[in-house]
Amino acid sequence: MIDPTTLILMILSAATPILFAALGELIVERAGVLNLGVEGMMIAGALAGFAAAHASGSPALGFAVAAVAGAALSMIFGLLTQFLLTNQVATGLALTLFGLGLTALFGKPYEGVKAPSMGPGIFGLNWVVWLGLLMVPLLWWFLNRTRAGLVLRGIGENHHAAHALGHKVRTVRLLAIAFGGAMAGIGGAYISIATVLQWTEGMTAGAGWIALALVVFAGWRAFGVLAGAWLFGGVAVLQLRLQAAGVAVPVQLLAMAPYLATIVALVLISARRRGSAAPGSLGQIFHETS
Amino acid sequence: MSDNAIFRAEGLSKTYPGVKANDDISFTVKAGDIHALLGENGAGKSTLVKTIYGLVRPDEGRMWVAGQPHAPTSPSAARAAGVGMVFQHFSLFDAMTVAENIALGLDNPPPRRELSARIATLSEEYGLPLKPNRRIADLSAGERQRVEIIRALLGNPRLLIMDEPTSVLTPQEAEILFATLGKLAAQGTSILYISHKLEEIRAHCDRATILRGGRVIDDLDPRAHSARALAALMVGTEMRLVDRSGRKPGATLLEVRNLSLAPQSVEGTALKSVSLQVRAGEVLVIGGVAGNGQEELLSALSGEIASPPGTVFLEGLDLSRQGPQPRRAAGLLSAPEDRLGHAAVPGFSLTDNALLTAVVRKDLAPGGMIRHRAARDFTRQVIAQFDVRTPGPETAASALSGGNLQKFVIGREVLQAPRVLVVNQPTWGVDAGAAAAIRQALLNLAAAGAGVIVISQDLDELLELGDRFSALNEGRLSAPRDTEGLTLDEIGLLLGGAHGMEAAHVAA
Repeated sequence: MIDPTTLILMILSAATPILFAALGELIVERAGVLNLGVEGMMIAGALAGFAAAHASGSPALGFAVAAVAGAALSMIFGLLTQFLLTNQVATGLALTLFGLGLTALFGKPYEGVKAPSMGPGIFGLNWVVWLGLLMVPLLWWFLNRTRAGLVLRGIGENHHAAHALGHKVRTVRLLAIAFGGAMAGIGGAYISIATVLQWTEGMTAGAGWIALALVVFAGWRAFGVLAGAWLFGGVAVLQLRLQAAGVAVPVQLLAMAPYLATIVALVLISARRRGSAAPGSLGQIFHETS
Repeated sequence: MSDNAIFRAEGLSKTYPGVKANDDISFTVKAGDIHALLGENGAGKSTLVKTIYGLVRPDEGRMWVAGQPHAPTSPSAARAAGVGMVFQHFSLFDAMTVAENIALGLDNPPPRRELSARIATLSEEYGLPLKPNRRIADLSAGERQRVEIIRALLGNPRLLIMDEPTSVLTPQEAEILFATLGKLAAQGTSILYISHKLEEIRAHCDRATILRGGRVIDDLDPRAHSARALAALMVGTEMRLVDRSGRKPGATLLEVRNLSLAPQSVEGTALKSVSLQVRAGEVLVIGGVAGNGQEELLSALSGEIASPPGTVFLEGLDLSRQGPQPRRAAGLLSAPEDRLGHAAVPGFSLTDNALLTAVVRKDLAPGGMIRHRAARDFTRQVIAQFDVRTPGPETAASALSGGNLQKFVIGREVLQAPRVLVVNQPTWGVDAGAAAAIRQALLNLAAAGAGVIVISQDLDELLELGDRFSALNEGRLSAPRDTEGLTLDEIGLLLGGAHGMEAAHVAA
């Protein structure tokens, strides 16, 4: 059997990519924007981060580039939805397809290349994991205790009212979208730089979709997102151990388990809650009249 | 410019594509005055106040606040200059607390604890009890308005703009509001009061500026003029009086027996053993403050919500389990409150919208095939008879103004010759001319022998239309009273508007 400390470390690590992506999307959605392009921004971050880390030998630079790449991709979504008022669902889906296709094209030269080492880290976990954990209370504090967080929530709750009170709906939303993109980029880069240690086409494997589901089922709360990410990480690690132990269950079923478990658990949790905690203006197009 | 002018506008103009919303508007508000801005929908009141509050920039003209030039580029600039505003459609955030809502409307909010303390002091001072930590979603309309008022007052405004504040209040709540406004005015805060309720303005305002078609028509002392005279100035012609003659109550058409329904949503209201009867040739009016079960009652009558067997009867036929189309076939028709989205599909043409409700009674789709020509003819008939201003029957519903679409929605049902017609808020947000036409059509329908139920929050409308009055309060319907001889005070008590306020006082 595996010792508990190692298990916890593995779970924390496995939870990190979707934790980043989901926290980013949490901020985006609290601002009233639904960006379904998380998967696309993650994979863009995974490739850009990997390429930069490989070229420079510095994982830290890789993560920085991944954040920039994710944010840059998210700005396509931002410009389309906030200025050209396109439908957010369709635009987000297109962004995912775009990200997957673009990285498949530009990722060819990096296939089979190895990532530089992350180093030992603190208590056996690299600094990105700690950064992700730190983001949870930080974002909670931002949303619930700062003026900027209040304005962001207000805009997500009722953009017409916020506009009438003189808050800059579009600016705040663009910033939120960029932040969401950067976080998704870091999450994606964690997979390529710190977990798999190489680039493979489509390597995010639906983590972006899980992150999206997590935000909804966590009731748009930072600590709820953390719990969901841990659950996902836990089952992911567990099924790998089971695979390694050669349990007589088809591999496909085991590989499916983390996704299934996360969804089932979160549906059960959210079913108990009365009413919806969704931001009031989520996914609606804001058109500045008069 | 007189010395005690708090606000002055000179030559304000604003043109939107196709309309001149404000045309050379000049007026002055004196310190400590309650100044009314009076006009029909579309007269330019909203554009004007949005200009003062920095949400709209005028094409021409200048403004002064307390002698200083006033050209705000944003609401926060207007607030800094001493202009506060209470919106007609509340600009509140439902899922957030009172304190958070207020903080969002201030430019430099104090720390949370201090803010809560100031909210408490201020609400005490002006008799507007409020708890800072309650969520907006849990508050009544009157309480929500208090949040807006406190939010505006915390900015220490010299000019407070109020956009149709009493449209959501019971008469008792409105009295409390006027007491507050009086107190504010006595302390030197000027109030710009927007309304089209003439009696209210005559009772409480010191000065009135009347707008029509974007221009200032007159500037006068409202107390020195009759409501009729003010209405004539506002509309431009003498108001038509509705003709109530020719109605004789006959046999009972619609009967509801002990109808109880669980709430349909978290925010919904339960109906609690509602009973009512409507006779042929009669208008039953149902008053109540929004959110007391009006929508639920309409849905239960229209068939959108099926009710337990043995609760809804039309001419002896039990329709309780039937959906909207069988009820329509039987002669029970309805027009819900929300024009765009509920009564009409915004993106559909008027013809398609007419088809949606008239398909059964007008036999517009025999055997499942739509008879387009017949549908178009029926739509044209509605347009012609109800004076719907539209380019034609193929225009999208969303392209019509509120009043025109409402005339279409009501006309569509009336021309299907219903046995019983149920309407909710038939003239909400409709200008006076169109409202009079809609009311007359409902009265004519009753005179022709149909039963009519009008659910509304406009008490004047209810008294003008109704033969019998019932109040809907927290899902309970009071026993009907003849409207003859019923006073506004009595109605206020029936609506139970007072008890919500008292509860709030105790809670504070």
